[in-house]
Amino acid sequence: MAHILSPVPGTFYTQSAPGEPLFKTPGDAIAAGDVIGLIEVMKTFIEVKAEAAGTFKEYVVENGAAIGAGEWLAEFEG
Amino acid sequence: MPIKRLLIANRGEIAVRIIRAAKAMGIHTIQAHSEADADMLAVRMADEAVCIGPAQAAHSYLNVDAMLEAVKSTQADAVHPGYGFMAENADFVRALEKAGITFVGPSADTIDRMGDKVAARQAAEAAGVPVVPGSKGRLDTVDDAVAVAADLGYPVMIKAAAGGGGKGIRIADSEADLRKMAPQAQAEANAAFGDGGLYLERAINAPRHIEVQIMGDGTDAVHYFERECSMQRRRQKVWEEAGASCLDEATRAHLCDTAVALAKAVGYVGAGTLEYLYDSKTKEFFFIEMNTRIQVEHPVTEMLTGSDLVQEMIHVAGGGKLRQSQQDITRSGHAIEVRLNAEDPAMQFLPFPGKVDSLRLPEGKGIRFDHFLYEGYQVPPFYDSLLGKLIVHAEDRAAAIALLITALEKLEIGGLKTTTPLHLALAHDPSVRADDFHTQWLEPWLAAGNLNATP
Repeated sequence: MAHILSPVPGTFYTQSAPGEPLFKTPGDAIAAGDVIGLIEVMKTFIEVKAEAAGTFKEYVVENGAAIGAGEWLAEFEG
Repeated sequence: MPIKRLLIANRGEIAVRIIRAAKAMGIHTIQAHSEADADMLAVRMADEAVCIGPAQAAHSYLNVDAMLEAVKSTQADAVHPGYGFMAENADFVRALEKAGITFVGPSADTIDRMGDKVAARQAAEAAGVPVVPGSKGRLDTVDDAVAVAADLGYPVMIKAAAGGGGKGIRIADSEADLRKMAPQAQAEANAAFGDGGLYLERAINAPRHIEVQIMGDGTDAVHYFERECSMQRRRQKVWEEAGASCLDEATRAHLCDTAVALAKAVGYVGAGTLEYLYDSKTKEFFFIEMNTRIQVEHPVTEMLTGSDLVQEMIHVAGGGKLRQSQQDITRSGHAIEVRLNAEDPAMQFLPFPGKVDSLRLPEGKGIRFDHFLYEGYQVPPFYDSLLGKLIVHAEDRAAAIALLITALEKLEIGGLKTTTPLHLALAHDPSVRADDFHTQWLEPWLAAGNLNATP
């Protein structure tokens, strides 16, 4: 099991906007560079990307959660 | 009635600034804060503090009910909104008015009127303020926009009638452009403001952004001269000056006089700013909008005129009359403010929240640093990146730039990346030193790699 970590502190979003679908759902195939979430930091949105290919397992923090730098955001099987 | 208990409905450096002003006036200060801001400097400085909700601004600083509850629970008799958040929220002001609480700023009706760009433009025209040639009222269809643009001549600027913060603004060079962009602008305006109304203006090439600071007490109004705010990135100001060296005396007098005429015409109470585009070639200025709040860049005006604008706005909000007549307000020397943001200029201005390990502040004659930092302070990631504002004042513009360089070199905020390298590069740049720039100047300058080229 591998983890996707937060590069910066901020607020984590699992969808691009309210009402939009989740970036990834369990079982989705992911490629390196796929966007799996957004972090709002100081009113700027930064994309969180998968660093390697694999199968998405789950988000480990909720949509809209306050997160710290280096915190686990999601799990995937590489 | 003079204010006795003032709730500060804001955070960061402006909260600190308001507390200092209010304490100097003998007013009891109450700082509202989110859970993420319990350790901020303004909380430590205020006479008391009240938590208004979680970190997310939508649930705290922007939450009208939470703020009203804080006003009641602390028995505040007045609220200072600073800039941003509640500063131009007419619904909040209406709720305060209904509860008999003083708002440090204009009435809800004035905020509504000046916040609607079309209504503000009509008020300006009626007071004799020149406006950018544009549509007479709001435009609801693309065909209406095309007909108006044919009269104005291209390029035209498409704006949201309800807009702000640069949202919904587009420039069309031709009818084909306009037909493509107007529906996008309408959709964006609808999404952002719940109002798809547009208006059009003639687009002015290489304009300078000049603004006039006014203060009113509901009957009388005065100006504190103008500021130059042309150095902008993504429509956010990064470097501001007072005065605007590009103006001659006759133009300056005309600009400031018309601003006062508008403030008087609308019975303005509090601090306000009229923003203009200025065409240096033709020496024409055009009103674009009015901000009904104290602004981030107010300190350059304070340094230029020796006036305390925040104290004056609190004074008039409490029912006082203006304490200075126009002839008492004079300008001397030149002032420059730069915004220190927690961003890494070398990494596309990536936000850089973190902990302030060490802090060394420049001091001396003509140097002011408005900030909310202390050693050990953890800058939260939830709000904007402004850490502080460095303001310098000297006998002329060249001396102010020299003092700015000295002050920036002495300033040390350990543990964070800041925009200091950007300001040093700008202060050394020949065009900046020659006062030869405009609102569209900074972004191409950055894109051309000038930031890295400067030592």
